[in-house]
This record gives sequence, structure tokens and C-alpha cells, in this order.
Amino acid sequence: MAVKAWTAETVVKGASQKKVVIENLTRTQIVMYAGASGDFNPLHTDEIFASKIAGYDTVFAHGMLSMGATGTLVTDVFGNGTLTGYGVRFRSQVFPGDTLTATATVTDVARHHDSTVVTADIETVNQKGEVVVSGTATAALPH
Amino acid sequence: MDTSFAGRVYPPSQPYEVGREKIREFADAVGAAHPAHRDPAVARALGYPDVIAPTTFAIIVTTSAADVVVYDPLLGLDYTRVVHRDQRFVQRRPLHAGDVVTVTVTVESARIVAGNALLSTRGDVYGADGELITSAYASLVSRAVQL
Repeated sequence: MAVKAWTAETVVKGASQKKVVIENLTRTQIVMYAGASGDFNPLHTDEIFASKIAGYDTVFAHGMLSMGATGTLVTDVFGNGTLTGYGVRFRSQVFPGDTLTATATVTDVARHHDSTVVTADIETVNQKGEVVVSGTATAALPH
Repeated sequence: MDTSFAGRVYPPSQPYEVGREKIREFADAVGAAHPAHRDPAVARALGYPDVIAPTTFAIIVTTSAADVVVYDPLLGLDYTRVVHRDQRFVQRRPLHAGDVVTVTVTVESARIVAGNALLSTRGDVYGADGELITSAYASLVSRAVQL
């Protein structure tokens, strides 16, 4: 089901929406993120460095790529201009081939004079159900 | 790691101009499909002067600004063992093309816990007129060497 933005009128505690934010992660997307962000840590883009020197099975995505992809759900549910805070903890690595599904669940709705402040838990899991990032987002939805 | 770095505030970074094509490139990389990241007319209809950046775009300027701390040899953080643990943004408004921003970095904390070095930084992103646009909080862990 397509994600629909919550409004001050429609949002309720417990409401939840989810979205596939990365499908079958390609090495190309990791390289695109390296270039876009300027983070050229070779753990993310250099297979020989990541496997033979650092001892990982293969390269893995920047945590900030997972946070950024998850952020597209956050702005889908809250809108771009209403977001006041977004924070996550990086819980496990994301590898080429992974598919990430992000979920936003409303935990608090506080109605003020000119806006409704909404807090949501944010959690993104891979295709095995392992949590890769989790955190919270807050937004002030205008009246 | 020298824990006395806690509380240090660094001089503002060099100005960075947010560009339309950089926003497009970043939006493509994270899969941000909203047309307000690409079409100035859509962004203007939403009340912005130009295309707006995806929510984590500020990391481009805040991470490079924090390099002055992270790579300071006097801090003594073993960057080869660093893991990004937490990231948080407190946002006043989205960045948009045409913003010229500077970042002021503060060392929020520098601690050693069970041999691991924990460094937390805050990057305050200011517009050209001194408006605070967003603050980025990053926590890095440099894991203890396993003997």
C-alpha cells in the first residue's frame, strides 16, 4: 500500500506505515552514495580492502545510506517541511543484495495551539528480519 | 584518545553552497523520489525558493567539518577502528539549493568506556545570514584492540 502523509487531523497514536526503501541493494548504489556523500571509506567500495584486509565477507553500505533511505519514509509520512528531528542507531551492517523495509509507528501525539507534535518510532529491517537501523522522528504538523 | 577534548568548539568551516545537481545526486543515491528534490517549480509550490535536500543531506557538510576533530592527531582517535554508532538531526527547515552554509563543530563528549573510545560531536549548520538551519549529532566508537 502506498505511503500517505499523516496530517494533524488524521494522525493517531499507534498508526503505522511501512515501505521498502532499498530493494536488492546493488554495489552501484553504494558507490553512488559514496560519491554523493563524499564518504570514501574503502570498507564500502573496495572489495579487496573490505575482504582481504579488514576481514569482512564483502563491502557493506554506509550506515548513512540506510539512514538516508529510511529518511525517505520519514518525509513521506511527515512531509519535508514539518520534520523537526530524526535520529537513529546503526544496529547491523547492510550488504549487497539486501532488501530494507522501513516502518514508522506513531508513539505520541501532542496537540498544541498552532501545531500537533508527533513522535514516531522508526525501524528498518533487512530481508531476514534483522534490525539494521532504529530510532525516532518528530514533526510539527501545522493546523 | 584525549578525553580533555570534550567541550571544545572549533571555528566555522569554509562556506559550502548547496547546489541543485548535488541535491539530485544525493536524492538518487538514497532513493528519495519526491519531485521537490529535482523540480524547482514543485519546490516553489511548497513554499521553498528552490529544490530542497533530502533529510540527511546535511551529513555532507557536518562529517567533513568534524574531520578537524576526528583526524586531529592530538585527539589520538584510532580512526581505522571507528564505527558510526548513532546519528541524529535536529532540523529547523530543509536545506535548499542556493543555501550557503557553514558548520560549527562542538565536541559534545569524549569518553573511554571499557577500553572503547566514544566521541560525540555536534555540527551546527548556519545559513549565510547566521540562521541556524540544522544540528547534526554524531556518535563514533573506536573499539578497543582485542588482545
